[in-house]
Amino acid sequence: MNQNPQDQLNEIRSLMERSTRFVSLSGWAGIMAGIYALAGAVAAYYVIFKMNFLPETPPAGVDMYGSGKAVHYHYANGWADLFSEKNLLLAVIAALVFSLSAGTAFYHSSVKARRQGVRLWNSTTKRLFVQLAIPLVTGGLFCAALLFYGNAGLIAPAMLIFYGLALLNGSKYTWREFHSLALCEIALGLVSFFFIGYGLYFWATGFGILHIIYGILMQKRYN
Amino acid sequence: MSIIDGLNKNFENRVRLGLMSVLMVNDWVDFTEMKELLNVTDGNLASHSSALEKAEYIEVKKEFVGKKPKTSYRVTQKGRKAFQQHLAALEKLLGN
Repeated sequence: MNQNPQDQLNEIRSLMERSTRFVSLSGWAGIMAGIYALAGAVAAYYVIFKMNFLPETPPAGVDMYGSGKAVHYHYANGWADLFSEKNLLLAVIAALVFSLSAGTAFYHSSVKARRQGVRLWNSTTKRLFVQLAIPLVTGGLFCAALLFYGNAGLIAPAMLIFYGLALLNGSKYTWREFHSLALCEIALGLVSFFFIGYGLYFWATGFGILHIIYGILMQKRYN
Repeated sequence: MSIIDGLNKNFENRVRLGLMSVLMVNDWVDFTEMKELLNVTDGNLASHSSALEKAEYIEVKKEFVGKKPKTSYRVTQKGRKAFQQHLAALEKLLGN
């Protein structure tokens, strides 16, 4: 055998790494996801503050969310509120941001995977997908329930926290840096719980700015 | 010559070393995925995997997914132990 021990150990380490971690993720996916999120936040800002929807059940003496005041009102008509025009518009924006980000990530990853000569859909990506999906779906339903009970102000913090937990869960199967990004998202979510009216700004920071920063870091480090 | 005592002849090959490395940190890994990871040909992987199977270092599972045959590998307890000893020996070599 013409390989020295150091080369052998390096090879072993690299194979162990490559076979358990999904490394075809591109920094561009993060940068673009951040840009979509910022655009989405601007759109949501207009829907929430500029479009002047009438509250479905006017909560006397309590401010609408987004105004800087604490809000906890409990609607009796959960379903009607859940599917109000405003909420549907916001849901469309959120769905657009999410699907554009996922689509971009998928596109960049498949290009990178082809370049590296590996299949995109292997057991590592399957594992990563499941680990991400469980907290994300839980968080999505949790947010729907918050909306149902009229606690819209808690949605941004909840989204940040559940997204952070999803990343934390998936970080075992992809770049290590996901771990610190996950902790940042969770911390941001927890802080924003105490600044209820400013959820949108925290949301824009967590999903927009943090993604862009991480995307740039990853792009510099791994490309 | 005591310094190379711990090195295992079964692993003195890039493909076998790679096969074991991948299996140490994964559960069942199928043939196609292994082939891509190690960057080897079908025949090459098949001959080395059967050598490791003969040494009882790996388990081979053959099944049908629809009409396509699928081969998967998993490391055995014996293989895990042997590979760990081999790694320890490699590290010792470097330490000296």
